[in-house]
Amino acid sequence: MKKMNNRQRTFALMTIPILILFFAFNTLPLIKGFMYSFTNFKGYGTYDWVGLRNYADLFGDIRVGKSYLFTIKFALAATVAVNVISLMLAIGLNSKIKFKSALRGMYFVPNILGALVVGYIFNYLFTYIVPAVVGMFGGEASSILASSKWAWVAIVIVCSWQAIAMNTIIYISGLQTVPEDVYEAGAIDGATGWAQFKHLTFPLIIPFFSINMVLSVKNFLMVFDQIVALTKGGPAQSTESISYLIYNNGMSGGQFGFQSANAVLFFVIIVVFSVVQLTVTGKKEEQL
Amino acid sequence: MEKEMKIKEKVNWPVTILLILGLITIAFPLYMTIVIAFKQPTEMTNSVAGILSLPKHWSLSNFAEAMRVTDFWRSLFNSVLITAVTVVLSVVLHSMIGYAVGRNKARNKWYNLVYMYVVSGMFVPFAILMMPLVKQTAQMGIANIVGVILCYVVFYMPMNLMLYSGYLVNIPVALEEAARIDGATTFRTFWKVIFPIMKPMHATVAVITALSVWNDVMTPLVIMSGSGMNTLPLAQMTFQTQFGTNYNLAFASYLLALLPILIFYIICQKQILNGVVNGAVK
Repeated sequence: MKKMNNRQRTFALMTIPILILFFAFNTLPLIKGFMYSFTNFKGYGTYDWVGLRNYADLFGDIRVGKSYLFTIKFALAATVAVNVISLMLAIGLNSKIKFKSALRGMYFVPNILGALVVGYIFNYLFTYIVPAVVGMFGGEASSILASSKWAWVAIVIVCSWQAIAMNTIIYISGLQTVPEDVYEAGAIDGATGWAQFKHLTFPLIIPFFSINMVLSVKNFLMVFDQIVALTKGGPAQSTESISYLIYNNGMSGGQFGFQSANAVLFFVIIVVFSVVQLTVTGKKEEQL
Repeated sequence: MEKEMKIKEKVNWPVTILLILGLITIAFPLYMTIVIAFKQPTEMTNSVAGILSLPKHWSLSNFAEAMRVTDFWRSLFNSVLITAVTVVLSVVLHSMIGYAVGRNKARNKWYNLVYMYVVSGMFVPFAILMMPLVKQTAQMGIANIVGVILCYVVFYMPMNLMLYSGYLVNIPVALEEAARIDGATTFRTFWKVIFPIMKPMHATVAVITALSVWNDVMTPLVIMSGSGMNTLPLAQMTFQTQFGTNYNLAFASYLLALLPILIFYIICQKQILNGVVNGAVK
């Protein structure tokens, strides 16, 4: 009995200090952020409690509204683009091709590179190379990044360039779990090409599809580095993501309290998105 | 049947060729980075051909200047230090809590609660922690590399706890009991028996944590911006404010910033791919 107690004490000693660290750098700032959201704190000096005023103001704030619309539009577009392309790429990379491992290795390269530097490189590409090439063919030679209507597409392209690498590798590992005889049996029933994919391959890799969906939506909703590198939220605040707005106005714009309320709202949205997604994809898996 | 087998064995050349052509989308931005990095501003004519042609002289002068401007060795040292310390602390601390929680959560509701509590931290976006953390690290006097490392150890804990305690399910308790009968304490059992067995999971955790930390911008940007210290990605922001028009200098610096991780990838490609897949799929 005494031995058991010792064992339990060791377990507690292993857990508690690490738990305190977790509390100090995750839960404590979360609580503080929540508290700041009820104040008019500028980030310096004194502040007063303002109750729910920040939350009421959030819903009337055009800039905040625009940033949510942009972020959600961007996240959905990027998620669809990335998953469609990744799935096609994964099927290609999983078929009977030459140089299989070399090709897989090379297609993964974008994922390991830092998003900020990649963003700077694409910034140049969009600003100088693309307009010049379009100009050569008689098109309008202006940068997509300067257009408040289309700059968000540039961000989708850059984020996809990197995210496709990751999602492809996950789809490949999904495709490898599909046994060869499933295809052989399907072929006897006439399932080839699109029918094979729709009725055989895709249902079998749904768990991997849901991993990728969760991964994509969550990462894209938190987009930050690419915004910094490509547009800094512009032109005309058309590409201001939620994270970027909170960073920009909360850290240096004197809106510490107000942006804390924004961050709380953002947190709630992330949780809702994740829970909905997990239950929806969870149900799909059960149906099988 | 025999014939069909043979057809299946055949290399699918159209797909192979398509995939090779598709590599252009990956190679082109990198090619552009390399040629611009080696050129002088005078070689950069306004035409696309002028920008994208190979440099006349493969001069390293841009790189020398870029290294001076970004304080390259210092930034590289900081990035290596932050990444290495974070990875070591994560592997040791997260496997430890993963062991304690993983072994007890089935029977003990407190450990189950701890598990749920930490793992739900995964949903907390950095945006909400950012502003309070800046204040907090400043008050604690760790608005520097130390603060950044502690933040990382906490941020990656939910994911790593899940990975470690999930892996622990496959390690039979009988192994520990054998060690206990030999008189080893619980901690010794962890360190001498469980920790080494967890090696495959250590590799996964190390790869995922290292890649995320190495490329992260936001945490050091907000926490150590006042410390006068840079990480390798942060140092690249210099070119947005100063040297605005000297793209050759900037691209030499970008290339230098990408090089360490590219070299690392070439050496440990297999481990990195395995680690990334394990981390996502498990």
